[in-house]
Amino acid sequence: MSARVGIVTFPGTLDDQDAARAVRLVGAEAVPLWHADHDLKGVDAVFLPGGFSYGDYLRCGAISRFAPLMRELVPAARQGLPVLGTCNGFQILCEAHLLPGALTRNASLHYVCRDQRLKVETTATPWTNAFAAGQEIVLPIKHGEGRYVASADTLAALEANGQVVVRYLGNPNGSLNDIAGIRNEAGNVVGLMPHPEHAVEDLVGAPSTDGLGFFTSILKKLVDA
Amino acid sequence: MTDNVERAAGTPDEPMPFAELGMKQDEYDRVKEILGRRPTGSELAIYSVMWSEHCSYKSSKVHLKQFATKAPKSDALLVGMGENAGVVDIGDGWAATFKIESHNHPSYVEPHQGAATGVGGIVRDIMSMGARPIAVMDALRFGGADQNDTRRVLPGVVEGISSYGNCLGLPNIGGEVVFDPCYIGNPLVNALCVGLLRKDQIKLATAPGPGNKVVLFGASTGPDGIGGASVLASATFEDESQAKRPAVQVGDPFMEKLLIECCLELYAADVVVGIQDLGAAGVSCATTELAAKGTGGMSVDLNLVPLRDPSLRPEEILMSESQERMMAVVRPSDIPAFTAICEKWDVPATVIGEVTDTGRLVMTWDGEVIVDIPPGTAADDGPVYERPLREPAGQAALNADVPDRLDRPADLRATLLELLGSPNLASKEWVTSQYDRYVRSNTVLAQPADAGMLRVSEVMAGAEPTTRGIALATDGNGRYAKLDPYAGAQLALAEAYRNVAVTGARPLAVTNCLNFGSPEDPEVMWQFAEAVRGLADACRTLGVPVTGGNVSFYNQTGATAIHPTPVVGVLGVIDDVARRVPTGFTTEGLRVALLGETAAEFGGSEWAHVAHGHLGGLPPQADLEAERSLAAVLVSAAAEGLLEGSHDLSDGGLAVALAESCLARGVGASVSLTDDAFTGLFSESAARALVTVRPEAFDRFAKLCADHEVPCYGLGATGGASLVVEGVLEVTVAELRETHAGTLPALFG
Repeated sequence: MSARVGIVTFPGTLDDQDAARAVRLVGAEAVPLWHADHDLKGVDAVFLPGGFSYGDYLRCGAISRFAPLMRELVPAARQGLPVLGTCNGFQILCEAHLLPGALTRNASLHYVCRDQRLKVETTATPWTNAFAAGQEIVLPIKHGEGRYVASADTLAALEANGQVVVRYLGNPNGSLNDIAGIRNEAGNVVGLMPHPEHAVEDLVGAPSTDGLGFFTSILKKLVDA
Repeated sequence: MTDNVERAAGTPDEPMPFAELGMKQDEYDRVKEILGRRPTGSELAIYSVMWSEHCSYKSSKVHLKQFATKAPKSDALLVGMGENAGVVDIGDGWAATFKIESHNHPSYVEPHQGAATGVGGIVRDIMSMGARPIAVMDALRFGGADQNDTRRVLPGVVEGISSYGNCLGLPNIGGEVVFDPCYIGNPLVNALCVGLLRKDQIKLATAPGPGNKVVLFGASTGPDGIGGASVLASATFEDESQAKRPAVQVGDPFMEKLLIECCLELYAADVVVGIQDLGAAGVSCATTELAAKGTGGMSVDLNLVPLRDPSLRPEEILMSESQERMMAVVRPSDIPAFTAICEKWDVPATVIGEVTDTGRLVMTWDGEVIVDIPPGTAADDGPVYERPLREPAGQAALNADVPDRLDRPADLRATLLELLGSPNLASKEWVTSQYDRYVRSNTVLAQPADAGMLRVSEVMAGAEPTTRGIALATDGNGRYAKLDPYAGAQLALAEAYRNVAVTGARPLAVTNCLNFGSPEDPEVMWQFAEAVRGLADACRTLGVPVTGGNVSFYNQTGATAIHPTPVVGVLGVIDDVARRVPTGFTTEGLRVALLGETAAEFGGSEWAHVAHGHLGGLPPQADLEAERSLAAVLVSAAAEGLLEGSHDLSDGGLAVALAESCLARGVGASVSLTDDAFTGLFSESAARALVTVRPEAFDRFAKLCADHEVPCYGLGATGGASLVVEGVLEVTVAELRETHAGTLPALFG
């Protein structure tokens, strides 16, 4: 059976075509999901791509969390549906309280686009099982509000539970504990500031294909299931 | 009370504020002659803005026509000058449309919004050709890097481009950042956008078919950019005094992103007969141009225009430059489908009128006719001036002040580092890291590569696959153009052409943004005329037609104009994008070769500028035949897979090209020079490039050069952790990087 990965488009979503292409590259099926529909189309996993949904007005992700599709997605995620949010997708997952903490303005106060060295901290998620724990990878980052913050208690819990998925090597934005990505306690919901979908081909994007691992991971998880 | 046509006919002597709107007495008289009466306030608004320098090209037209009369024969040109943007055939059924446009003055007044809306405006030009915009670039000029106002203008401009372009989802793949004190009161913000479309899907700005509906869609209309119209509304019509309103438009990139997706869906559904974006001159421009190019008539009820500020007067609505608006001509039977697509994307759309065959553009307000004009008289028949020209008084002395008298440096290592760390040559990463270069995942090359490159095949879902890619570069050197505007414009073209060719792409077509001082100054007008003549001649020699562009005059403070600054963009096509040639040294063990001849050419050079603050003599010779041969070698060699890397030689000469090549991937090189090391390293002779070739492929490559009569000099090999010029200098790549990377962060934080 083919793994069906839903790709959500909100008004202002930018990386949805890129995510769909990456999903197809590893042999899975990309299923477009529209923000205004109450319909997850029976997908096996969901990718929330980056962009500026609703123009990032009010606060990044603050409006998207109320989209009709999110009313379907949140309960499904709580019941174990694998969900990966990157960049704006990560911000939406935090706003929707599927992940703890928040993403705030970069410490530099500038938007930053660069090829970023990262360390994969845990492979115990459906999105990172193809990596080796401790593996160093390079993915692009491109954001103005990627500084991860959370209360001291939350941070301690994230660290104690092994919920930090990816850490920056050379912190680009002032994120606490160099956090670039986290998972929920159950492990099925992952949020990342870096962009795996821009590092899947030699010809284009970042000078790395390390992003493929996120897509082969979910494929493996779904096909093995 | 509103001035209407009936009232205007009855009050022929009522004074009208044409002078406040920038209109000359004789121009006003011509309007009266065309209409057979005085214009109403709304008509005056339309004529004043459509006949402005910005919209009518009245001072430049007589010169710009050389781009057509001297145009080389080109099978690639599908749509030439005069439309929103030119369109060229790139093969396999695909077409590319691209254009560069200035937003200089707004970016000085309000850097953030000025630059942001510059991006927004050029993107809508590309959309209105029926294309999906796929990338942007920015050619920027600022005052001296250490001048106070540069610290205000540069960060604002960069943030404006960053916030608008990133939110729009278009990769920024290249451009320029240049500093010179001549731009301190007149920064240049030239924005370029490129789009792709299928050859048979080109849309034009035309309103044919009486009965077809005129739809305004996108953002609502507010009081942006209508300084002039406020004068009209308050000075003439005893209206409640309007508060001073912002003269710089404010952008909403989120709305623009929705507009892009909405337009593409409208095109795919085939519910658009004609389309025009609303930029400068807003509704005035869109209605007159659409009507003039269509059946010839249009009726519009201005009360139907959705307003953000309900107090706006009709004159202000006509002149508002509110952003993110488009106007489409739609068959009545397609209106439901059109509206449904707009609703899906949350884009407001309103029918405000319809196409007629009366030959008149008629507008009403509160049921009264306030505009009744032949639209072509505003859109096409503006005044044309043959302005006086005079070679600048100091030109001969400037050219006589040759750089021969300047002291040559004893320590070439120190000179290299001094140049590499100077603001114009230092790394621009502080700027470009604020731009998203990856979005849409088609970026093959981006800054600091010589040209940006994008693959074509993945651009539209469902389109037939192609291996092709497109490359784009912009260049311009104000110092060269100051010394000799004819040669300076040719050198700008030559450099952009070369930058496209070094990536392996075949140069195909040209866009240009001509930034000059006041056309009313005969010396500036001489610079302009010379630059246009030079560019048109060079385009003919190189076989690349001008497809469109923009003129920006009045870039001057008091009597002091900027250096004449023609910025030229070249678009090229590469048949197999996988064969693209990266910039710089990629691996160790490659042969390094210099292509082209080097003479002692230092006039206007970066060395003269940095080491001596000197500007004099003549710029390097523009040898266009040599450029053409060089490009032919580069394109053939890339197609054969002979090149591992390449880099264009320009500002700072071979020394800077070598250093930048080392910095690309941290690979050093060891080279030797046979002649005078200073000339060899720092001369800025044109028509040269640095290439790296695998040793086993070198003979084949050398033969290719010989076949094209391109001089090829083996310099040495890549490898090691340093740049070594034997017997002359040695610098570690780490020191090069530190010098190169540190300058802009130290200046701008």
